[in-house]
Parts: sequence; structure tokens; C-alpha cells
Amino acid sequence: MELILASAIGIMTAAGIYLVLRLRTFPVILGISLLTYAVNVFLFTSGRARVGAPPVLRDDITTYTDPLPQALVLTAIVISFGMTAVIVMISLGAFLGSDDDQVNDQPDPPQDRSEGSS
Amino acid sequence: MSWLLAFPIIIPFATAVIAFLNRDKPTGRWWSVLGSLLLLLASGALMVRVLQEGVVAAQMGQWAAPFGITLVADLLSAVMVVITAITGLAVAVYALADIDTAKEKLGYHALFQVLIAGVVGAFLTGDLFNLYVWFEVMLISSFGLLILGGSREQIDGGIKYVALNLVSTILFLSGVGLLYGMTGTLNMADLSLAVEEVENQGLLTVIAVMFMVAFGVKAAVFPLFFWLPASYHTPAFSVSAVFAGLLTKVGVYALIRMFTLVFDHDIGFTHTILLWVAGFTMVTGVLGAAAQQDFRKILSFHIVSQIGYMILGLALYTPLAIVGAVFYLVHHIVVKANLFLVAGVAQRLTGSTDLRRIGGLYKSAPFLGFLFLIPAFSLAGFPPLSGFWAKYLLVKAALDIDAWFIAFVALAVGLLTIFSMTKIWGEAFWKPHPDGVEPKLNKIDRADLWPLLLPIAGLATLTVIIGLSPEPFVQFAERASDQLLNPQAYVAAVLGGAS
Repeated sequence: MELILASAIGIMTAAGIYLVLRLRTFPVILGISLLTYAVNVFLFTSGRARVGAPPVLRDDITTYTDPLPQALVLTAIVISFGMTAVIVMISLGAFLGSDDDQVNDQPDPPQDRSEGSS
Repeated sequence: MSWLLAFPIIIPFATAVIAFLNRDKPTGRWWSVLGSLLLLLASGALMVRVLQEGVVAAQMGQWAAPFGITLVADLLSAVMVVITAITGLAVAVYALADIDTAKEKLGYHALFQVLIAGVVGAFLTGDLFNLYVWFEVMLISSFGLLILGGSREQIDGGIKYVALNLVSTILFLSGVGLLYGMTGTLNMADLSLAVEEVENQGLLTVIAVMFMVAFGVKAAVFPLFFWLPASYHTPAFSVSAVFAGLLTKVGVYALIRMFTLVFDHDIGFTHTILLWVAGFTMVTGVLGAAAQQDFRKILSFHIVSQIGYMILGLALYTPLAIVGAVFYLVHHIVVKANLFLVAGVAQRLTGSTDLRRIGGLYKSAPFLGFLFLIPAFSLAGFPPLSGFWAKYLLVKAALDIDAWFIAFVALAVGLLTIFSMTKIWGEAFWKPHPDGVEPKLNKIDRADLWPLLLPIAGLATLTVIIGLSPEPFVQFAERASDQLLNPQAYVAAVLGGAS
């Protein structure tokens, strides 16, 4: 269980960092999403990975899993969902405004402009 | 008691809702001003209570301290809330003239109030995860404000801002996860007790550095500040004023809070990193500013440079240095927001913020020149303005512990700040306008003129008052610093006092 969780976090983080370092907005968004997934799973495991244990008090059960990280992850998921929606909208605006999805918005090269006017 | 702490958060949220519902009507903007005024009153009441009774804490939903969400105000939080309210009011008045109806219809005032609510919430919360939530509230509304109007330049700056801030959020969350895994609590007061019992102090230092990077991105310190000059010169002037005044300061506040309350176990390591960071932040910021030719870009780089001074206060970690940091924080918010407001008026009069294409302001609008000089000289540290005392405290704190080199850096950076300010003065105010435009103040409608000039004059007056009678402010900062360095009262108020 620990191995699966740890490698999932590791792979998602690695892929996320690789994508965030690209210079195009679409991979950057994907990368940020992957990083958020990774950190959500990470947050989840910070309450110790325990299989088959309930998070709420019950009779005749002695081992519990910590409910707080689950609540934290729920909050974090909602917030990161909202954030992703915002960044998708902004990037879409940038893409439509400049016809490419470079992170650094380059000014139009001069020859393009003269072609457009002629 | 709990209402006193909740009101500064509830008021801006309520105002945001009302302003959003009235966004199509001209009354919307006045709701924003009214809400800011109420926030100022509420924060004043909170301040009075904190001054009389010491640290005030309230448990939300009556869940006792380490389990529920705690709101807590010590002197630092209280003064930050007051200064946020003052800046908020100044910008809300300024926005009456600065924000056009198109932006109002898109919900400018609602976003602005949510931003203020997020900032106040971050100052008042006593819970680490709650701090994350307030950061996100602040960020989402600031994204909205940043790209409001949707020019290409704004969106370009906005993407960098969003991406880098999200990365910092991710680091912050991982730090929260690690800290919870080690201590089993996220209440800051409880954490300050719990970290002492952690066996693996080395891992604690790693977590401390993660928080340092996460808050460092928000505070725009070297080498994490690149999003700031890329985006702060693009939005409306009232937006960049409130960003410049408040947003980065939330990061600085979080650094000060965490590195005095929780991460004080290995000062020799963490605070040495902070000292280097402070030095490089000051120098790179001011050199970046020297290379710029745009009014707002120069000011943006100066934010970075000034953040270095506040971090310096935290890094030296003597009582006097923390006094200096607190004083600097308050002084800087007032001055920086004001400079951006002046830049807005200058742009309105001359038609641009590019220093090469404007000029003649001193000849035709000497009053504006006067209003610019007060915050500009204060920023550079001229006596008797507020910036002089702020720098004096920090340099003295550095010299007291024989940190000669960093004291020299701080003074040299002050000198370079004067260089940038005289550049703005020479280009925008003294030189004649290259196109022969006469930027007279009466070019602006009378109805627009007073909302533009009143906040600038008000903030400038505040700068002068702090400068001429620094005594009560320094005494206040001393008490705040005492509370920060001896957090027993803070911890007792949160954990002991059920309210």
C-alpha cells in the first residue's frame, strides 16, 4: 500500500514538474493539475495509510484512520478545481488573443504585420 | 468577543455580495466605499481591544482550540488589519474615479472586497490550513482583478502570476501535510508547542525551508520574485496599488508568524538563509528598478527591494530587528500603495506611464509633484519621513549585533532607491513633455478629481504623521515584537481561553 501511494506521488510529481517547466500554457496547466493531484494524495497519506479502518467512532472497533487529512484533502480538491477552472479560462483568453500558447507572449513579428495590411 | 474577530472578515464578504448584486448600478461603487469604512471601524475596535487586553482569540463554531478553527489577533495581526482597512478605504475611494463602468459591470468592486476579506482572513487566522484557504481566496480574487479588462498584456502577466503562485501553493500544502504527519495538529499555537517534542528535528528544518519557499514566492523574495514585475504593471491603477500594498505583505506576515512562532528551533540555519535572501532581495530589486523606464515597473521592482528590508528584520532576529520589521511593514504598505495611486494620476494627466514619453508634471501640476515627493522620499528613507525611522531601526539592529556587511547593503540599497526616485522625478516631473502636452490637473473632471487626490493626500498625511512623531508607533512595534518573540501569551490565549 505504502509503495503504491509513494510511487504514485513520485511519478505524478515528476511528470508535473516536467510539464510545468515547458514554455507552453497547455502543458503548464496539465503539470499544475498533476502536481495538485500528487499533493492531494500526499496530504491524504500524512494521516498514515491504513486500509479498512473507519474514520468515525464505532463500537467494538479499535483501529481508526485519521479523518482530518480526508477533510483537508476534500477542501484542497475543491479549491484546486476552482483554480484549474480559472487558469484554463485565462490561458484560453491568452490563446485566443495571440493565436499561440507560448507562456511568454511574443509581440507579432513586423513582417507578419506588413503582410496583414497588404 | 468572537464577533470582534469575525467582523473584519464578514464585512468585506457581505460588501462583496451587495456590490456584486449592484454592479450594474452606480450605487455599487458606493457600497464598496461604505463597506471599507465599516471595515476600518471594525478593525479599529479590534485594535482597541487588543491594546487593552493583549492577545484576543475566538474559536469558530465553539470547537475548542486545537480541533476547531481559531481566529486570533495579537498586536501584529491587529495592526495589519487596521492598515489593510486604511489601504482598502483609500483604494475604494480612488476606484470611484479610476474604474470605468465596463469594469464595474464585470464585478470589480465585488472582487476587490473579496480580496480584502482574504487578506484580513490571512492576518487573523490561527490555523495553518485555514491560512491556506485564505491564501486561495486572495489569489482567486486577485487573478480576477489582474485580468479584468482583458488586454493582451494583462493576460500575459496573469498567466505567470497564476502559474507561479499555484506552484507555491502546492509547496505550502506539502509542508502542511508533512507538519501534520509529524505533529498531528495544524493549530499554530498548538504547533509551537508540538514542534519542540518532535524527535526528528532535521526533518522539521526541511519543512521550515518548504514553508520558506512557499511564503517566499508570495512575498516575492529573491530568487522567487519574477512573477511580480511581470504582472504588477498591467492592471488598473487601483488594482496595482492594492496588490503592491497588501498582497506581498501577506507573504511577509506569514513568514514572520511562522518563523517566530513555530520554526524557531534552528535559528542558526533557517535565519541565516533568510539573511542571505534578504540581502539578495534588496540588491536585485533595486538594480532591476534602475534598469526600467516605466513608472509602474520601477515601482514594482522597488516592492521586491523593500521586501528585503522586512525579511532582514526577521532574519536578524533580535528584539530591535523585529521592531524594525513590524514598523517597516506598516510604513511600506502606506507608502507603496500611495506611489501607485500617484502613478495613476500621472498617467491620466500625461497619457502614459513610460517615462520617456511623459513629462512636465512639476510645472503644470505642482501639487501632484508635492504629493509624489512625500511617499517617494519616505521610500528612500529621507528624514523626517516614516521610511527614515524604519530604515534607522533595521540598520541599528544590524549594527548592534555587528552585522556590518548587511547594514552596509541596506544603506547602499537606500541610496540606489533615491536614484530611482530621482529618475522618476526628473523624467516625469521636471523634464518638459516631449509632445508639448501641458498636464494640468484641471484636465480631469471635477467629479473625478477629488476621489483621485483625496486618498493620495490622506496616505501622504499618514506618512508624515508617522515620520514626525514616530515615538508611539515605535513603542507599539516594540510591544508587538515582544509578543512575537515571547509567544506564551499567544499560545495561552488560543489554547487556554475558551470564549
